[in-house]
Amino acid sequence: MSSAERVVFEHVTKRYPGTGAGNPGAVEDLSLEVPAGKVCVLVGPSGCGKTTSLKMINRLIEPTSGRILIGDRDIAQQDVIALRRGIGYVIQQVGLFPHQTVADNVATVPRLLGWDEGRRKDRATELLELVGLDPTRYANRYPSALSGGERQRVGVARALAADPPVLLMDEPFGAVDPIVRERLQNELLNLQEQLAKTILFVTHDIDEAIKMGDLVAVMQVGGHLAQFGTPDEILANPASDFVARFVGADRGLKRLALTRVDALELMPPVTASSGDDAADARRRALADPFPYLLLVDAERRPIGWVDQDDIPSSGTIGEDLATAMSPLFSRRTTLKDALAMLIEAEVHAGIVVDGKGAAMGLLTADMIFASSRDGRSPEARAGA
Amino acid sequence: MIDWGWIGDHLGAIAGRLGQHLELTVIALAVGFALSLGLAILSARVRPVRSIVIGIAGIVFTIPSLALFSALVPIIGLSLLTVEVPLVLYTLVIYVRNIVAGLDSVPPDVIEAADGMGYTANGRLARVELPLAVPLMIAGLRLASVSTIGLVTISGILGQSFGGLGFFIFERPTFATEILVGAVGSIALAISADVFLGRLQRRLTPWARAMDTQAGAAT
Repeated sequence: MSSAERVVFEHVTKRYPGTGAGNPGAVEDLSLEVPAGKVCVLVGPSGCGKTTSLKMINRLIEPTSGRILIGDRDIAQQDVIALRRGIGYVIQQVGLFPHQTVADNVATVPRLLGWDEGRRKDRATELLELVGLDPTRYANRYPSALSGGERQRVGVARALAADPPVLLMDEPFGAVDPIVRERLQNELLNLQEQLAKTILFVTHDIDEAIKMGDLVAVMQVGGHLAQFGTPDEILANPASDFVARFVGADRGLKRLALTRVDALELMPPVTASSGDDAADARRRALADPFPYLLLVDAERRPIGWVDQDDIPSSGTIGEDLATAMSPLFSRRTTLKDALAMLIEAEVHAGIVVDGKGAAMGLLTADMIFASSRDGRSPEARAGA
Repeated sequence: MIDWGWIGDHLGAIAGRLGQHLELTVIALAVGFALSLGLAILSARVRPVRSIVIGIAGIVFTIPSLALFSALVPIIGLSLLTVEVPLVLYTLVIYVRNIVAGLDSVPPDVIEAADGMGYTANGRLARVELPLAVPLMIAGLRLASVSTIGLVTISGILGQSFGGLGFFIFERPTFATEILVGAVGSIALAISADVFLGRLQRRLTPWARAMDTQAGAAT
């Protein structure tokens, strides 16, 4: 696998003849750096210049001024054909060659680079497996015999064929239905975990941007970069009214979907087991601000809640005291899902359990609210 | 009405004229295709050329074939060229339009993908655009072959050296059998050529068949 390379925009401007700034597709003084191996999503309304920006990287569009670097090299100084063969390119309508089989489509860039036939075939087989298409079934089909999702997978395989350090994806999942789109998104994220390419990804869908991006560049009409940062930064601190409106009024909820339970410091529960001394348990429960005692078994697995007022002042604790139960969370549960479950729960605290089911701590709705208020939650990623 | 005896006595002559018919047709189709391919590619690349080429081709097609054959005799005399120049001109009209339409039919996303992956302009033309234009090119070839076979028949007006099967129509305008041999032979040849080229197209473009099957299944 070739290593990924950073992509840098330095004061890149694209104006179209006869028009000033602020016209559809124009880009105004764009500067940003996508570190090697990261996914950067360019997102914005139509006409904001996101696709123009993408196409300036493989020089399907030439900038009016400014520089674009891949690694440390100015792309304007490179041979345009060689440059394009070194960059993976995926577009919305896929653009598979209808007159070539799936295997030949995938082997396009290797063929242009002059690989011999055996090596091309091996590579096509390897890539079809990588994108989850059985080579024995798909290699000799023509594109017209594929579903939309299958075509898009072939498109991704074709873009990866010569193992380029940079991948450009222009609304790659825009033309497939929502269920297939979500599956393709997840597959791409899994693929990216293995490949760690530098990916620039264009979409108009803020949810897709938040899900797919390590970094998100929000662009607005006129080709201005409105904000550039991690999804969490953009949701937590929109840089302008435009960004706030674009990410939506539910940005707090969207942000909760990015953070997992293990990012928060949990509240230790007061626990007792069946047979424990009731007076001692009652004293400990009353000393704690949380009004319930958590009844657990010998392995600390939660059994149920005991209201602190119901704990007898003498004798021992019995399992029959437990009157309510809470939702159980794993450490990987997103805060959005946790909150949704807490709204329904009788006791407004979820119990976070480890892999064996033992209670690790409590998570309350107040703790979730507090974490979204202080804006300091670690950028744990949801999705995948 | 039909004098079968005459036909039996003239099988050799009929075969010879059939051969001539094929020869005149194939030369016109081949030369015309080569010229048209160049003109069509130029038209597809340079917009102004396109309207000029298509305009001129349209005018040529309005000239009656009889008139064109006869008009050339005083200019270039009576030779193979006298027949082939009009035949080639008429094929140009059909070919150029179809090849241009074929190149235009290549989906824009396919062009964009080809460019984005690093095809050179010539590589894209040879490996992507022309192969995708093949169905419309062969459609043009079928039209041109039928049209040319008919025009070769008419070229019998220029005398005994030409005309292919048309020779029999013009030789003795009062003898029904001979006229029928010329006419039926020409028609049969045109139909055979069309069927042959139809098969050739399916052979050359298996991918288009896959598309047809899918389109059929979808409806």
